[in-house]
Amino acid sequence: MTDQIIFYALALLLIFAGSMVITVRNPVHAALFLVLAFFTSAAIWLLLEAEFLAIALVLVYVGAVMVLFLFVMMMLDINLAPLREGFARYLPVGGLVALLMMFAMGLVVGPRYFGSERFPVPARHAADYSNTKELGSVLYTDYVYPFEIAAAILLVAIVAAIALTLRRRPHIKAQKPQLQVAVRREDRIRLVKMTSEKKGSP
Amino acid sequence: MFETLHGIWQVFPEGLRLVIIILLKIVAILVPLMLCVAYLTFAERKIIGYIQARIGPNRVGPRGWLQPIADVCKLLLKEITIPSGANRFLFLLAPILAIAPAFAAWAVIPFDDVKVLSNINAGLLYILALTSLGIYGVIIAGWASNSKYAFLGSMRSAAQIVSYEIAMGFALVGVLMAARSLNLQDIVLAQQGNVLHWFWLPLLPLFVVYFVSGVAETNRAPFDVAEGESEIVAGFHVEYAGMTFAIFFLAEYANMILISILASVFFLGGWLSPLEGLPASLFEVPIMGTLLGPGMHWLFLKTSIFLFLFIWLRATFPRYRYDQIMRLGWKVFIPITILWLVVIGVLIMAAVPPWFN
Repeated sequence: MTDQIIFYALALLLIFAGSMVITVRNPVHAALFLVLAFFTSAAIWLLLEAEFLAIALVLVYVGAVMVLFLFVMMMLDINLAPLREGFARYLPVGGLVALLMMFAMGLVVGPRYFGSERFPVPARHAADYSNTKELGSVLYTDYVYPFEIAAAILLVAIVAAIALTLRRRPHIKAQKPQLQVAVRREDRIRLVKMTSEKKGSP
Repeated sequence: MFETLHGIWQVFPEGLRLVIIILLKIVAILVPLMLCVAYLTFAERKIIGYIQARIGPNRVGPRGWLQPIADVCKLLLKEITIPSGANRFLFLLAPILAIAPAFAAWAVIPFDDVKVLSNINAGLLYILALTSLGIYGVIIAGWASNSKYAFLGSMRSAAQIVSYEIAMGFALVGVLMAARSLNLQDIVLAQQGNVLHWFWLPLLPLFVVYFVSGVAETNRAPFDVAEGESEIVAGFHVEYAGMTFAIFFLAEYANMILISILASVFFLGGWLSPLEGLPASLFEVPIMGTLLGPGMHWLFLKTSIFLFLFIWLRATFPRYRYDQIMRLGWKVFIPITILWLVVIGVLIMAAVPPWFN
């Protein structure tokens, strides 16, 4: 009973946040509503005893991805007027695509495959059940090869993204912190021993 | 008297009683925490004073002991100003977003073998997730203030926190590998033995990386470019006054205490006593035994060592330059942590005593 009340409250909040993301005018506000949407879906996952996924969602998407997103969005002064230009002209095409997508999703996500009779209510686990441990043990035994392959692909993607955006400009003058940190006293100061000069001499 | 109280207690339904008990526990954690924050500011001013051969605050109350109370009164009575052109709602929301994660993370800290608000399985992940949320307060404050200085400060702080979070996360991966658990209580119990069994020894590089990243994450000196007075006035909270400013201040100090207590839980054995290896008869002496045995007081002692380190660092080092901060985070700390994860893996596979057997 309490579970259901919490679920419906969270679901309503999630739908509200999701619809605000696409309707508010200010892009920063939209990003903040997206954060709210991520957060609420994490809470719904917690209700489903999937605490690892929920915390990972908050950690990765809310804690890192959206921060960088906001970072960029606040730096760019996005002018909304040109973005909204021709809304009426593109509306029929956009609407058609949206309807097609809804139809395609309805085919797959409908009651035929995800109906409640196909998925019985899962049994509640005991308090010492660790979702993280279960996920880990499956991920590193049964699915170890797909997991490793995905990791390798992601690594290649990171290297490629960095290699594509890295510009080496050899002629600019910039400080090199690693050289500055490595400087020793002997490189900069030379102590010279000399005898004191006579008083009164010019 | 007691009978009537018990009678009233029985009137409440079961669920409500649970909620009341949890709320009381939260109050029992947060009220001492607030007091600690107040007196930490006092300690900071005194310690830095003595380091710089001054006396520090000594006017309010005996030897200045009431100074934090006076500060709180001043901040409470000040006017809250909202800059024109600021986004009113987000401007007032930002301090709340800054302080909520700093407090919420305390839910999983084990103070004792039984005293912990919520002994959850994924405690370490929970801590990581919540400490990564504190940045929203900073970013939103900088943006909503409609001020260039505040905005520059929040951008600097955002970039810094995101970079150092990676090193911090990797350091904690080392801890969970060594403890074989994400539960904070289990992590403490995995360090049982004596001082040499604590994780600071096998995880020494991670320990250093964790603490330095913690200093960088809380935007404390020498990593406080986010509020570099000489360049951008006070950084992200330049437009805040009175209580809204005080909440940012509170969040910063609460985060400092949180980092210190986490460092003692992860690397210095939490509430375990350093004298554990001594003969058992010593711990059976009435008062001395409790003092020498494991307990909350050891956790607080270890935490205060780290807090003193925070203040000491601030009084000793000049501010880092921004590119040097980024280099330290990305090119030094992250490679060190990744390398040490491999080393720990080897140590665990080889079951090296006394930690991994």
